[in-house]
Amino acid sequence: MTSKDHMKGHMAGETITGAQALIRALEMENVDVMFGLPGGCILPAYDPLIESPIRHILVRHEQGAGHMAEGYAHVTGRPGVAMVTSGPAATNMVTPLCDAYMDSIPMVAITGQVGTNAIGTDAFQECDTVGITRSITKHNDLVMSADDLPLAIRQAFHIATTGRPGPTLVDIPKDVLTNSMKWHWPTDDEVADSLPGYKPVSKGHPRMIKEAAQLILKAQQPILYVGGGVLKARAATALRELAELTGIPVVTTLMARGAFPDDHPLCLGMPGMHGTAAAVTAMQKSDLLIALGSRFDDRVTGRVNAFAPHAKIIHVDIDPAEQGKVRKPDVPIVGDCRLVIEEMIKAINDLLADQKQVDITPWRSRVSGWQEQFPLTYEPSEEGGVLKPQYCLEQLRDSAPEGTILVSGVGQHQMWASQYWKFNEPYTWVNSGGLGTMGFSVPAAIGAKVGRPDKTVWAVDGDGCFQMTAQELVTASLERIPVKIAILNNSYLGMVRQWQEMFYEERYSEVYLSQDTPNYVKWAEAMGCVGIRVDDESEVASAIDKANSINDRPVVVDFRVDAGEKVFPMVAAGQSNDDLMLHPSQNSRREFLR
Amino acid sequence: MNSANPYGTAPTHHMLSVLVQNKPGVLARVASLFARRGYNIFSLAVAPTDDPEFSRISIVVDVESAPLEQIVKQLFKLIEVVRISELDPRKSVERELMVATIRATPEQRGQVVELANIFEGKILSVGQDAIILSMDGSPEKLDDFSDLLRQYGIIESQRTGRVALPKLDRAAKK
Repeated sequence: MTSKDHMKGHMAGETITGAQALIRALEMENVDVMFGLPGGCILPAYDPLIESPIRHILVRHEQGAGHMAEGYAHVTGRPGVAMVTSGPAATNMVTPLCDAYMDSIPMVAITGQVGTNAIGTDAFQECDTVGITRSITKHNDLVMSADDLPLAIRQAFHIATTGRPGPTLVDIPKDVLTNSMKWHWPTDDEVADSLPGYKPVSKGHPRMIKEAAQLILKAQQPILYVGGGVLKARAATALRELAELTGIPVVTTLMARGAFPDDHPLCLGMPGMHGTAAAVTAMQKSDLLIALGSRFDDRVTGRVNAFAPHAKIIHVDIDPAEQGKVRKPDVPIVGDCRLVIEEMIKAINDLLADQKQVDITPWRSRVSGWQEQFPLTYEPSEEGGVLKPQYCLEQLRDSAPEGTILVSGVGQHQMWASQYWKFNEPYTWVNSGGLGTMGFSVPAAIGAKVGRPDKTVWAVDGDGCFQMTAQELVTASLERIPVKIAILNNSYLGMVRQWQEMFYEERYSEVYLSQDTPNYVKWAEAMGCVGIRVDDESEVASAIDKANSINDRPVVVDFRVDAGEKVFPMVAAGQSNDDLMLHPSQNSRREFLR
Repeated sequence: MNSANPYGTAPTHHMLSVLVQNKPGVLARVASLFARRGYNIFSLAVAPTDDPEFSRISIVVDVESAPLEQIVKQLFKLIEVVRISELDPRKSVERELMVATIRATPEQRGQVVELANIFEGKILSVGQDAIILSMDGSPEKLDDFSDLLRQYGIIESQRTGRVALPKLDRAAKK
């Protein structure tokens, strides 16, 4: 690579300001869009942005910028970028950073900081951004000199996108932006040399992979336990090949929905607290769990010491610290899921040359028996009765254009969305899994639509969630980002209500919101969106058709749904997955789960 | 076996020698990782290495709070952590420094000085009824010394926490 190409035509040694260097560095990193809101300390960076080809989306709250960056990263695989000022703007970025950290989302946050000589003096809008975000970023950095800016930005992108992805933050004092510097764009070698302790492993250990292949061929009741790491590693194709080669049933966690097609005969759907009975039970009974990019989250395992008690564990994860964090693996493999799965397929094929895989047909028929006996189910509403949220989701799903991206908030609607949607393509599901951030969906959907303008983006939200971040629909209207929001509105903080009904003797404490305030249609219209209210089943199809046909502005559909509806199946927090609570209509068949 | 027990406590302590990039905030990163993940630090010593680009942090960890393996892996995720060695007390050289102010009347002064000489400590300052002395050595030696001084009265004392390096192996000794 010639020096000129490396610098994209910029001259090394050219004297520019720190702010110009920052924007130029973002261009060098191929940033096409960023989400942000200017303010005091970051002001200098917004000036050269005027000349930059980078699209800037002006949010209404900094948290929105962070979640938009996450939504963008989820669907494109490229790092989302958010830029905000110091102090309160930086603290507003804390939730999305933590969210991205928990869900391993590549994201780069740029925050302004007070001038270097004011640091530590409790200056106006000063806060210890690096200190506050230390435990919720993969790495962060306070840049003290304009000359250091290009390297800091390169490091931030490199760290965010390699190994286990995650958020990084670059905190830049105002005088660092206004001071001049001599432009220089660090080479790959300079970046590597500047990070002597950062060497993510991507290739799995061949001996471990061979050992795993042997276990797989000998297992009588194996399950592929697929997590978000498979999506991060772009390993969906390899996974499918592995599943079809071995005939092993697949569960996809909340973070991995879409990594394996829901309409595939080997797919059991989601495991865990609200997983399908087949997925939960198959894991419990399995003798080999092949964990691929999954982290044995408590929402998946239930009570850890009762989780899959007879299973040996193969654990593939790029993060060595995940190995043995919750459950000690029999075969730990540190590496990138795609590379490891591909090697695993080779190893299995090699072994198959002179040995046979154990016949797992009896296991598969047992598993498909559970699938047939315990499908997801709900009581349909009676003629003229109150709408069921699951029905709305089924209708949304069935009329969604091919390749629609579904984004959700956090709560009952999220679980129903994950359960009732059919995810047949990777990167069509965006949600807040680890942190469980209410208010995630509206801004994340906007970010997703910006990243994939060619796709329909539906957000499924609860009325509680919607009220946390709805103002970003103003951003969407003005920036012409036509997302569609379906509020499953039960006037309650539904999941909390469900827990109070089931575990607090129906003593409802602070969970009722309101039936008539806010008026969602008027609110949507006030924000420049189309607002539609749906009370009855007969109105559902036409409302969805209308929403799907509008592509010049955001649409909000307010589905008034049954507040009494609960998410089933369910494993109560801290209980064993053996004690799965089925939908009441399936209780009489419980014995078939053995 | 006793050498595995710093300060004579149960064998729940391990020593990590952590090589880090010498950057602002790196100690805060290490400390906040321990706090965030619920691990306990028993003692900590930090200083730049011969190469000023790097610092060495010697951490004695309380392993009852978490498996050592998990602590090491989480520590290694910090970008600025370059290398972590777990030091086996049997295969490493450990030193610690103590400074202590000891109550000593003019009649007792001779006894305290004698004790300090036996342990190869140094007298730093002598007052009317107190002596300040320093001693370096293995943590166990410092423990023994403290025990003997207690009868006179330890007014104040400060220990550095241990620093350590692996022993030279036979090949390297030649």
